[in-house]
Amino acid sequence: MRIVAFVISGVLTIVLIWFLNTPLQVGKSKTPCLGAFVSPQHGFWQNAEPVDEDFNGTLKLPGMSGKVDVYLDERLVPHIYAENENDAYYVQGYLHAKFRLWQMEFQTHAAAGRLSEIMGETSGGSNFLKIDKFFRRLGMVYAAEQSLKKLEGDPVTKNEADAYTAGVNAYISALKPNRIPVEYKLLNYKPEKWTNLKTQLFLKYMSFDLTGRDYDFEMTNAKNIFSAAEIEMLYPTTQDSLQPIVPKGTIFQQPSVVTNRPAEADSVYFHSTDTARAALIIKPHKNNGSNNWVVAGSKTKSGAPILCNDPHLGLNLPSLWYEMQISTPTFNAYGVSFPGAPSIIIGFNDSCAWGVTNAERDVKDYYQITFRDTSYQEYLFDGKWLKTTFRDETIRIKGGPDVTEHIPMTVFGPVMFDKSYPDPSEDGKSYALRWKAHDASNELLTFNRLNHARNYVDYIRAIATFQTPGQNFIFASKRGDIAIRQQGQFPAKWRRQGDFLMPGTDSSFMWKGFIPSRENPTLFNPARGYISSANQLATDETYPYYLGGRPEIFRGITISRNLNAMSGITVEDMQRLQTDNYNVFAEMARPALLRYLDQAKLTPDELNYLRKFKAWNLRSDPNQEGPTIFKVWWDNLSQAVFSDEFARTTLPLRWPDESTLLEGLLRDSAYKFADNINTPIVETIPDLVLTAFKSAYKELRVANNERRLAWGKFKDTGVRHLLKLPAFSRLHLPIGGGANIINATSGDHGPSWRMIVQLTKETEAYGVYPGGQSGNAGSKYYDTFVDTWADGKYYRLLFLTAGEAAGNDKMKWKLTFTKA
Amino acid sequence: MKFFVAVALTALLSFASALFFPWWIIGVAAFLVALVIPQKALAAFLAAFVALFILWVVQSLLIDSKNDHLLSSKVAALLPLGGSYVALVLVSGFIGGLVAGMSALTASFLPSRRTSTTLK
Repeated sequence: MRIVAFVISGVLTIVLIWFLNTPLQVGKSKTPCLGAFVSPQHGFWQNAEPVDEDFNGTLKLPGMSGKVDVYLDERLVPHIYAENENDAYYVQGYLHAKFRLWQMEFQTHAAAGRLSEIMGETSGGSNFLKIDKFFRRLGMVYAAEQSLKKLEGDPVTKNEADAYTAGVNAYISALKPNRIPVEYKLLNYKPEKWTNLKTQLFLKYMSFDLTGRDYDFEMTNAKNIFSAAEIEMLYPTTQDSLQPIVPKGTIFQQPSVVTNRPAEADSVYFHSTDTARAALIIKPHKNNGSNNWVVAGSKTKSGAPILCNDPHLGLNLPSLWYEMQISTPTFNAYGVSFPGAPSIIIGFNDSCAWGVTNAERDVKDYYQITFRDTSYQEYLFDGKWLKTTFRDETIRIKGGPDVTEHIPMTVFGPVMFDKSYPDPSEDGKSYALRWKAHDASNELLTFNRLNHARNYVDYIRAIATFQTPGQNFIFASKRGDIAIRQQGQFPAKWRRQGDFLMPGTDSSFMWKGFIPSRENPTLFNPARGYISSANQLATDETYPYYLGGRPEIFRGITISRNLNAMSGITVEDMQRLQTDNYNVFAEMARPALLRYLDQAKLTPDELNYLRKFKAWNLRSDPNQEGPTIFKVWWDNLSQAVFSDEFARTTLPLRWPDESTLLEGLLRDSAYKFADNINTPIVETIPDLVLTAFKSAYKELRVANNERRLAWGKFKDTGVRHLLKLPAFSRLHLPIGGGANIINATSGDHGPSWRMIVQLTKETEAYGVYPGGQSGNAGSKYYDTFVDTWADGKYYRLLFLTAGEAAGNDKMKWKLTFTKA
Repeated sequence: MKFFVAVALTALLSFASALFFPWWIIGVAAFLVALVIPQKALAAFLAAFVALFILWVVQSLLIDSKNDHLLSSKVAALLPLGGSYVALVLVSGFIGGLVAGMSALTASFLPSRRTSTTLK
């Protein structure tokens, strides 16, 4: 009898333990191993950091050569004081890992197409295998491998990256299994060793984020339903109201690279029709962009230049950025770094400050490949059959068999789309990808040199080798110089080269050379005393090369207008401008909308909404209702104008930019696309403005009933955890702004770091980012800056020497690193 | 008396062994203690359950109070326990207690009790 009870009880116990030690499927996701997860000595409790955590410590680590003191200030920003550079990068790697390990690995897993390894084929409604396949086919690993050779071929970046990697791994090696970040416990996997390749993968991910958005398939589809003239109207290559980075009227020197449009371009490119299928393309966020500007001493109260920068990127926790100071005998830099890469990326040093905005140039083109047969062994190029090489990318899948992508490689680059990807049942056309990020390049060298830069010449030397993603590098020095250059290694293109899919059977449509850095759009100490960039076109159309890409105009207009009018500028003025919610797009659009609207046809309640819109002060503040009315009305108008023409195809198309429709309205009330082609009568803009207002009214009334008519509620900004876990996110933040506004904060996107640096003798710098220094959701420092950021407030950045740091009462803890 | 000794010993051995082994070592610890201190089935179960319930609840509460409930509130929203850290602490204690209790129960049914005399 007892033996039966023993066996039953024993089996039950073992089943219970097994059950608690296994991830279980609940809905679309898996649970963590519950037993381990709730065990106070193993599970998430171990990540619950005491709010009065003592970060002091002395560490003896292998791989260091000297002594490093790190002071952590009250915001948990580390200030590294090292005796040599390698030790500084070693400690930077160690600290990145200590505070951001899970994020570093997750981001590089995403870049490398390895998410299925940790998430399984699908989880929480996402198909991770599809995402992984996309990044493999895009050639992300190939790109990182190419650039790794260049990074490791230069002793400066080789030493830097090696030291950084060793520092990351020193932390990982000493990490006890119960102290690994909580996300590992949730997803039930373990950290692996860091490598220089992972650093390159991260940098390539940034290249994808900033140059990965193209419309080549959509533009090609548009040729089927629109004439060449209509395409010019829908997708112009410049705008009337553009205020380029380099002012209009600037004389450019003769181009050293000649761009010849192929003779057959008209027949096989511009006027050919082609149905490019609906390819699975993961596009980076359309609002990825940034503001930066600098004012010269002639315009400031202090007489010293002030440099400002706020990169607009996806808003995530843990944040993309990690703030720190790195001080060595050879340089002393402060700013934000990327967990996953050495150096300060955006910041300042003892002599100067620098910042970046995205260049928005198109460096990603597709070529249609003619293979001899479906084995893909040979393809036609310049009249000959060339041998294909293949690259096999194996994707491991948690709880499933491996999947291998067999990618043909051509003279253009990897074949991204063929009959096996993305969908075997499609028409079987093949497209090779020519993407600048595939080229071997060493972007880390630029940041290394910027960290060391003392003057304008150093700055130009630092950025001259920067290839991808092209950036508007803005600069100011304590000597008083201000400058900007749109830097990247940009292909010299003829007008509209690469806007559409290109023929790949010969070399005539290939990129035929790169624009030398010195011919890139540059401004140095302009007489007007300021420089700004906000993702608009860098120049007008007199620049001898085609700029292409996706230009924005409105933020650039607001910034230039403000800076033009300002004088005696202070840091506080710049803070106000950087967080400004003024909507210049609405300022330009409102008179046109009101002019065209026949108010006699509105109901009394509709007129109520119209009155609110008329009375709106054009600021997209969180409590305003005007911005919501404007946005909904405008979107309805845009739909009413274009959706009939666009419905002529089921293929994906590119929706025209807001500025395109606005300039169409401002130019002409008989706008070509106003007529609804599906009705016998001819509609005009006034007709559409009225119907758009009436349909907008219905949406607005719903929003009003749900108490989300106020702009802050309507746009509903949140900073989301990388795994989209609401509990680990900060949602429903009361913040204004939006697309086309200097404070470019939309629902999940916005200023990811705001920095203002006044280059007085003693540097006066301010900054804030929507996150916190710790990536641990169980830390008090996980989201410390979010409310400050949402309030439009800043922190004064402590830029101190080692001696000053030792005596500063804002330095709360000290970590000492010495060699083991 | 025996009951309280079993509770104390189970808690102590679980705590010590968990410093070196995975979480399920608490099952082994409870099993061994129940072998060494034989009790009737119910008493064995309860002693181990109480031991681990108290051990895990006390540890969680200590960690949680130093953490101002920052992480427990988030995890309790995630699991989902409605964001209640109290519920999360109790669930933690219950899971630990159940595993230990079942292990001790199993040991109490073990026919051979040669070690039973050693502690008397």
